[in-house]
Parts: sequence; structure tokens; C-alpha cells
Amino acid sequence: MPDLGLDVLFKGINMQRLLGGLWVSLRISLIAIAISIFLGLVVGWLMTRKNIVIKAVTRVYLEIVRIMPQMVLLFIVFFGTTRLFGWNIDAELSSVIVFSFWGVAEMSDLVRSALISIPKHQYESAYALGMSEGQTYLSVIIPQTFRRLIPLAINLITRMIKTTSLVMMIGVVEVLKVGQQIIEANRKASPNAAFGVYLTVFVLYFIVCWPISMFSKRLEKKWS
Amino acid sequence: MNWEVIQSYLPLYEKAALLTLKIGWLGIAFSIVLGFVCAIIRHYKVPVLHRIVGIYIELFRNTPLLIQLFFLYFGLPKIGISIDAEVCGVLGLTLLGGAYMAESFRSGLESIEPIQTESAMSLGMSRLQTIWHVILPQAISSSVPAFVANIIFLLKETSVFSAISLMDLMFTAKDLIGLYSKTIECLAMLVVFYLLILLPVSIIGSIVEKKLRFAGFGE
Repeated sequence: MPDLGLDVLFKGINMQRLLGGLWVSLRISLIAIAISIFLGLVVGWLMTRKNIVIKAVTRVYLEIVRIMPQMVLLFIVFFGTTRLFGWNIDAELSSVIVFSFWGVAEMSDLVRSALISIPKHQYESAYALGMSEGQTYLSVIIPQTFRRLIPLAINLITRMIKTTSLVMMIGVVEVLKVGQQIIEANRKASPNAAFGVYLTVFVLYFIVCWPISMFSKRLEKKWS
Repeated sequence: MNWEVIQSYLPLYEKAALLTLKIGWLGIAFSIVLGFVCAIIRHYKVPVLHRIVGIYIELFRNTPLLIQLFFLYFGLPKIGISIDAEVCGVLGLTLLGGAYMAESFRSGLESIEPIQTESAMSLGMSRLQTIWHVILPQAISSSVPAFVANIIFLLKETSVFSAISLMDLMFTAKDLIGLYSKTIECLAMLVVFYLLILLPVSIIGSIVEKKLRFAGFGE
């Protein structure tokens, strides 16, 4: 049996350090997720309005986010703004900005498609029953929209958590970076640490994301 | 914006874009094949294999590509499996993409009502004929939008290859910024090159989606 380099995890506080690193990436994604859900609901609702200007702007915004890799956006915000405007945005804040920018676009698109999937007769029937516009939204449209929206939104959450692994590339000390540090520090004592540490990081991400995706799958089945 | 700088960087970016495209398309081609096979195994519940495929799909759908690549590229050599960086890139993209493609294709297969199989059988078609002429065309048609989304997602994911020191677009940009700090030119070129790669895919994708929308009879 080859040395899997797992022993290094039990030396000192290495495991706590890895978990601390994981929390750094989770914290970034949680803040970005909160912003995305809130703004995404607003922007998504705006997108169903028939205003040409709003339509054009949101369309361009969506296409940019759809096409540009998140890593490019990270580089633009982290390196580009410093050069262009002299802003000194630290790496964590840059990440939150980029992931919110991306998340709002994705979320609003989900909200928009959930809203337009509600057939017109639902609105008409509600009005015919004498409901006001507010009442119609509150008791007819929103409950139906949410059933379609929530499983997809939860799916988006796991995607955002996974994508935050990129923040390491602009120098945030998160789980992967901590892993690298541990491997470097134990180069002599456990030369095979790379296997054990990266395997652990892999498993940690899985433990975080898998229950969330399972939950979303179950909701989707239950509500469809 | 300094045009001379841009001109002198252009060959480097072209080389990097070609590498990105090569790895991207190889990975996507393999992941479509892998996804297709996995979806069939899952859908027709091939014994034993369908459990293994299920575990594989969950593992790779719930972890980031960056971590998968680190494990493949830096972790595996420690137990004696060394993989060349380019092969590693293609392998990582294939494993990730295969899991996503399999799920998309499986939901396409599942969206086809049993009545389609029953009708085909009652017309005297064999099981294989049914799958080939009736089930597959409809399943492919209804999973096209998800396929296109996956292809764009995978091409975007290629940007993490710089982490295993493949000289792709991201690596070139980061390297040049570090060497000469012409940040704005480097980033602008990076954006333009990614647009050149992804915009056509996005446009062609939405055309194909419209052309292939023939499944879902009677909806």
C-alpha cells in the first residue's frame, strides 16, 4: 500500500486550518448568494416588464455574464480596476463583487423564466374574481413562481459555492491555498501530502455541495 | 491603450487561444461520448454499472474543476500515476463534462412518454429500432438546450487550466501582466479572445436550439 499522505492532516492543527480555509470560500459564496437572491428577484421581475430600454440593458448584461469566464471577471475587477481607476479593492471584496455580478444575472434569468412560465389565464382569472394586482401577485402568481424557482435557485447556490474555488487565483487564502501551504510546510516529513490533502479538499467540497443538490432534486420531484 | 503592445502580444494570445480551443473541444467531444454512454447506462439500469456511474456523476457534479485538476495533476503522481498537463486538462474536462452531459441527456430520455415505446412496438418495430428511430431523436432534440448550455459552461471552465500551468489564455494574460504590467491591454485582449471563442458558440447554439425543437408532440 503506497503512502497516501493522509497522516499530515492529523499533525498539529492542519485539519482545522483546512476547515478554516473552507469557511473563507463559503463566506464569500454566502454573501454573494444573499446579494444574488435579493437583487436577482428584483432584476428578474424588471425583465418581465415591457420596457425596451430595460430589456436591452438586461439582455446585454445576461450575455456578458453568460459568455465571460468568471475568472476573467475576477481578473478585471482585481487587476483592471486598480490600473484603470486606481481603486485598491482587496481580493475578498473583488470576489464578492464578481460572484454577485454573476449570481444576480443567473438568478434574474431564473426568476424571469419562472414568471413567464405562469400562463396568462392565471392573471386573468384572478382579475375576473375581483382581485387587485397586488392580491393577484401575492396569492396567485408568487406561490406558483416559487415552486418552479426554488429547486433551480438551490442548484445555483451549489454552482456558486463550487465556483468560489477560483478566488484562490487572485490570492485569497482559502481551502486550496491552505492545502498548498500545508503541503509545502511538510515537504520533508510527508512527501506524499499532495495526494492526501487534495483528496481531502475534494471530499470537503463534495460534503458541502452534495446534500444541497440532493435537497434541490427532492424538491423538484416533489413539486413538479 | 497602446496598439503596439497589443500587436506584439498578438502571436502569444493566438497560440494560447489555439491551446484553449484544442483542449476545450477535445474535452467536450469526449464528454459528449462519455455522457451519452453514462446516460444510457443510468436510464436502462444496467446492473452494477449503473450504481458506479451514479456515484461518478454525483462526485464530479458536486466538486469544482479546479480541485479535480489539482487532485489529478498534483495528487495522483504521489501514488505513481503521472499525467501530462495537457492530457490532464482533457481528462479533467471530460470527467466533469461527462457528468453534466449524462444528467442533461438522461432528463431528455426521461421526458419521453412510455406511450412512444408502446406505439413503436405495436407498429412492429424491434426494441433496437424503437430506440434508434423513435426514442433517441426525441431525447436528443429535447436535451439540445441543456447541451448547448453545457458546452458554453465547459469552454468557460477551460480558464482554470492555467492553474496546472497549461499556457492557455488565462495563463498568458497573467504571465504578461506579471512581466510587463500592461494590465489594461492584456485584460482587453483576454476579453476579446474569449468573446471570439464563445460568442459564435452562443449564437450557433441558439439557432440550433430553434431548429431542433421537434420533440414534445402535442404540448
